[in-house]
Amino acid sequence: MAKGVKPRVKVPKKADAGEAITIKTLISHKMESGQRKDSDGNRIPRSIINRFTCAFNGTSIIDVTLEPAISTNPYFQFEAVVPEAGEFHFTWYDDDGSVYETKKAVKVA
Amino acid sequence: MTFTRRESLAIGGAALAVAALPAKLMASTADLIAGVTGGAAASSDGIDLTAPEIAENGNTVPVAVSAPGAVAITLLAGGNPTPGVAKFNFGAGSAEQSASTRIRLAGTQDVIAIAEMADGSFAAASQTVKVTIGGCGG
Repeated sequence: MAKGVKPRVKVPKKADAGEAITIKTLISHKMESGQRKDSDGNRIPRSIINRFTCAFNGTSIIDVTLEPAISTNPYFQFEAVVPEAGEFHFTWYDDDGSVYETKKAVKVA
Repeated sequence: MTFTRRESLAIGGAALAVAALPAKLMASTADLIAGVTGGAAASSDGIDLTAPEIAENGNTVPVAVSAPGAVAITLLAGGNPTPGVAKFNFGAGSAEQSASTRIRLAGTQDVIAIAEMADGSFAAASQTVKVTIGGCGG
């Protein structure tokens, strides 16, 4: 497991039913591309997050495949519909098999 | 200033090589799009790619893409060591098919976005980004 991985997610606490909301996510991760070399000229092995998913009450919103060309601390912003009160479920999949998860509940006004 | 025959040939050859470069890059952009669409023609309507004209730091270039009605959007950077950047698959809960992220670019190049629509057609857009400092290490 990569060190210091911390997911951060910004979701409005409340929304109207059927409203489209903007979600911002960021996860701290070095996203080693596998292209860089260390001071001895050895290639640093690739270590990235290769997949990110977001679902609301089990309904998929977005499923992203990440390549090494995604920057350090991968950031995503996207839009989702809130049909009813529930929970957003965010998941990041690391190259080394680790899975990072976080959840955010949304109330319907 | 006069050139010998040998010198003028060398200069002419170099000029030809430079002139041939953009054509080669253009072809690879078309090839990359064809690689995603499976050879199907991609329209230029219905997809919007927003990227800066000049990026000072190739390590984090903000890119936004939106394509209403798309089921998936693929981002490519042809000038990188590996052209793939990301693929966004939109599910039933997505409001409008848009996403933004930050990407790495090795140098000045075209960023390409290809959207796969629900009816199976494709739309593609590309934008040239000038990169001052490349973002792929060395």
